[in-house]
Amino acid sequence: MSPQAPVVVVRNLSKSFGDIKALSGVSFDVHAGTVVGLLGPNGAGKTTLVRILTTLLDADTGSAHVAGFDVLRDKARVRPVVGLAGQYAAIDPVMTGRENLVMVARLYHLPRAEAESRASELLMRFGLTDAADRQSDTYSGGMRRRLDLAASLVADPRVLFLDEPTTGLDPRGRMELWAMVRDLVSDGMTVLLTTQYLDEADKLADRIVVIDHGRIIAEGETDELKGMAGGTYLTVRVNDLSSVEPVRCVLAQEGDGPAMVDDSSGEVSVPLARGAAKLAGIVRRLDEADIAIADIGLRQPTLDEVFLSLTGHVASDDGSCKQTSTEES
Amino acid sequence: MSMSGFMTALRSEAKYGLGDTMQLWKRNLLAYRRQPDLLVFSTIQPVMFVLLFAFVFGGAIQTGPIPYIDFLLPGILVQSGLFGSTQTGVGLAEDVRSGMIDRYRSLPMARSAVIAGRILADTTRNMFVLTLMVGVGLIIGFRFHGSVAGATAMLLLGVVFAQAFSWISAAIGMSVRRAETAQVASFVWIFPLTFVSSVFVPIETMPDWLRAVAQHSPVTLTVDAMRGLALGVEFWGSLMRSLAWIVGIMVIFVPVAIWRYRKIA
Ligand SMILES: Nc1ncnc2c1ncn2[C@@H]1O[C@H](COP(=O)(O)OP(=O)(O)OP(=O)(O)O)[C@@H](O)[C@H]1O
Ligand SMILES: [Mg+2]
Repeated sequence: MSPQAPVVVVRNLSKSFGDIKALSGVSFDVHAGTVVGLLGPNGAGKTTLVRILTTLLDADTGSAHVAGFDVLRDKARVRPVVGLAGQYAAIDPVMTGRENLVMVARLYHLPRAEAESRASELLMRFGLTDAADRQSDTYSGGMRRRLDLAASLVADPRVLFLDEPTTGLDPRGRMELWAMVRDLVSDGMTVLLTTQYLDEADKLADRIVVIDHGRIIAEGETDELKGMAGGTYLTVRVNDLSSVEPVRCVLAQEGDGPAMVDDSSGEVSVPLARGAAKLAGIVRRLDEADIAIADIGLRQPTLDEVFLSLTGHVASDDGSCKQTSTEES
Repeated sequence: MSMSGFMTALRSEAKYGLGDTMQLWKRNLLAYRRQPDLLVFSTIQPVMFVLLFAFVFGGAIQTGPIPYIDFLLPGILVQSGLFGSTQTGVGLAEDVRSGMIDRYRSLPMARSAVIAGRILADTTRNMFVLTLMVGVGLIIGFRFHGSVAGATAMLLLGVVFAQAFSWISAAIGMSVRRAETAQVASFVWIFPLTFVSSVFVPIETMPDWLRAVAQHSPVTLTVDAMRGLALGVEFWGSLMRSLAWIVGIMVIFVPVAIWRYRKIA
């Protein structure tokens, strides 16, 4: 197969659970050697899609092929070429890390000696050699995830499916796992991963497919998508809540979209396409208006903001500034 | 599934079924080895039942010329096996919840192996528990009156009977959302099945309508066959009918359990 050929081909896939339409008419491709990030909130249908592609669930209509095999009709051929790390680490708590991997290798029908050497190799690769012979219920969340990832790689799959691989991990655990996924990709692995975090998709994926209520609502390169959501965001935080309105006023005029106010934290955010270039000007204006700023910074849009701008459910805001009188108390 | 898909599946069952089952058997036995308290408590309960029933009911229940402990022991072996079979469903439901089953189902392994391996492990435990119960029985006065072969056959029948019910339990375990539900759901039918039978009392003492049910119960037939084997009296009639039940249950529930496994949503 040429490197350009899609390894995962999904066409018009639909799946309902009773009245709930978990997926309706989903189509996309994953090309060999690339990472596609499936980005969506709780209940979007991410797990349902991953389970269909790994033969765990039958779709109602539509088709899907993995490595050229039909996942609905030819399950037995799909299974040997896919690796799955599900949303919850599927490892046996009573067995040691090594025993878990050897068992999985044996269930892929590797001979005993080969299963054992494969297990050692993977334990080493994922930094679990020291803990290899401890029962896995003594592992930390990050170690469990790594063991689960190792298990999904036992049989050298053509495609790796990672369902929310870092949910529940602390920042360090997330970074470690990201580095491991990047390593796999640089060795040529094809990956479909799901996530609720834009920054995770941003760090790992070549292409992002945004899914909500079982439908794809946007798809593209990471940068295109961030562009759709207004690129970079500027957030200003004030300690004195009476300054929120004047800040909103300045940001609404300088920014590239409606300014959003979070009254509880005193934060005002606005999309800012050419963030760095405009930052200085904004700081100066706030300074001239004599507003004390607690914090100011540029950041990536959150998933919420991407959704807001993609689904267009943004409250209309013309950027006008009313003169507000601040009462002394 | 297409016809060729079906043939591929069948070939893979034949080729890998046994080996994959052994892997899962090992995994499930490990749980008992690494958590000895689990084994201790699943053993104490049946042993306690033997003692309680022997000493509490022993004086009150008339079993003719046969001492009550000789009457009771085969019955309580079957009861214990039936209660134990509920653990098959509980264990599988737990594997569904934890995501282990998703992992297994994504592997190119035999479709029967996860259930068969679980049942094999439960059967191994059951063999151990039943033997222990016979040991305790012997201490408090139980005696075999037949041959050694008869005694062995009695134990085997008890184990095979419980194994058949494990397939029913497996089908339930993979149809419910939680392990607790699997446990509760099993007792709904296990209790009447156990008590409307010759496990604890001779069925002649029951009202006519209840006796009519009890005399055809697989539990009664199996207990009667085991009693016959232990006491060295006639057992063939009930043994044949007990085996017919065992085969019948398996013919229906082995495919149902595997089908449930394949269709876990
Ligand atoms: N087995 C099932 N039975 C009934 N409904 C289901 C089942 N599995 C999923 N659903 C429903 O389908 C929808 C999509 O669920 P899915 O688990 O695919 O979402 P998700 O994107 O993975 O969400 P999360 O981020 O919470 O994991 C949800 O509304 C969910 O309640
Ligand atoms: Mg999910």
